[in-house]
Amino acid sequence: MSSENYLKDISEIKTLMNKSSRFISLSGLSGILAGFYALIGATFAYWFYTLDGNEYIVIESEIFNFLILDILIVGILSVGTAIFLTTKKAKKNDEKIWDSLTRRLLTSFIVPLLAGGIYILIILNQQKYGQTGALMLLFYGLALLNASKYTLGDVKYLGYTQIILGLLCAVFPSYGFWFWVIGFGFMHIIYGASMYYKYDRK
Amino acid sequence: MKNIILNINKAFDHRIRLGIMSVLMVNEYADFNTLKELLGATDGNLASHTKALEKVDFIKVEKQFIGRKPNTKYIATELGKKEFKKHIDALEKLIKNK
Repeated sequence: MSSENYLKDISEIKTLMNKSSRFISLSGLSGILAGFYALIGATFAYWFYTLDGNEYIVIESEIFNFLILDILIVGILSVGTAIFLTTKKAKKNDEKIWDSLTRRLLTSFIVPLLAGGIYILIILNQQKYGQTGALMLLFYGLALLNASKYTLGDVKYLGYTQIILGLLCAVFPSYGFWFWVIGFGFMHIIYGASMYYKYDRK
Repeated sequence: MKNIILNINKAFDHRIRLGIMSVLMVNEYADFNTLKELLGATDGNLASHTKALEKVDFIKVEKQFIGRKPNTKYIATELGKKEFKKHIDALEKLIKNK
C-alpha cells in the first residue's frame, strides 16, 4: 500500500470515530435565536416589573403569573426552534435524527436538567426563593457539560460558562436577573454564533 | 524503518476491519446493524471481518435477544485497543517518513 492509501485510511478512521460517537448536526443558528428569545422575554419581564412598582415579587400576584408565562413561552420557542433547525440540518447532512446516539445525547442532557427542575420546585414550595436563578443556571450548565460528550465540543464551554455564572449568581442573588440575561441571552448568542460560523457555513 | 513495519498489524489490514475498530474505540459497544450502516458493508462481509477480529481476541461478541429479535453487540477488548493504537501510530510514522 502506498502512503496515500494509508492517509486515506486515517482520515476515514477519524470520520468514523466522529460520526459514530458524536451528533454533529446541532444547529448553531438555533442557539442564536434562543438567545434572542431570552433577551426579548427578559425585556418584557423587566418592563412589567418596573410597571408594577413593587420592590418584591409576590407569589400568586399577577406579575408572578406573567413571569411564569414569559419563561414558558421563551422555553417552548427555544426548544421548538432547536428541534426544527437541527432536524433540518441533520437531513441535509444525511444523519439520523433518532438513533441510539441522539437518545444518549438527550438522556445525558435531560436527566440533570430534570433533577434540577424538580429540586427547584421543591425549594420553591418551601418558600426559599433567593437561589432559584442561580440553581437554574447551574443545573443548565451541568446538563450542557454532560451532553457535550456526545456532540460538538463547544457545548462544553457553554456549560462551563453557565456553571460559573450560576455560582456567581448564588453569591449575588439580588443581581439574579442580570445573570440570567447574560447566561441565557448573551451567552447563547455568542456560542451559537461561533458554532454557526465554525460548522454551519460552508 | 524496520520497527515501523513491525508494528503494522496484519489483522487490521482491511478498511472494514479498521472501521470496526475505530467505531469500537470511541463507543462502549456497537451492534451489528449500526456497524453495517456506518461502514456500508454487506451482512456476510461484516460477519467475516468481525469473526476475524474475534479470533485474535481484539473484539468481544455478546449475543442477546431484544424481545424476539437476536441482537449482537461488539465490544473492543483491552488487547484490541492497545494493538489498534500501535497500528495507527505506525501508520502515522510511515506517512511522515515518506
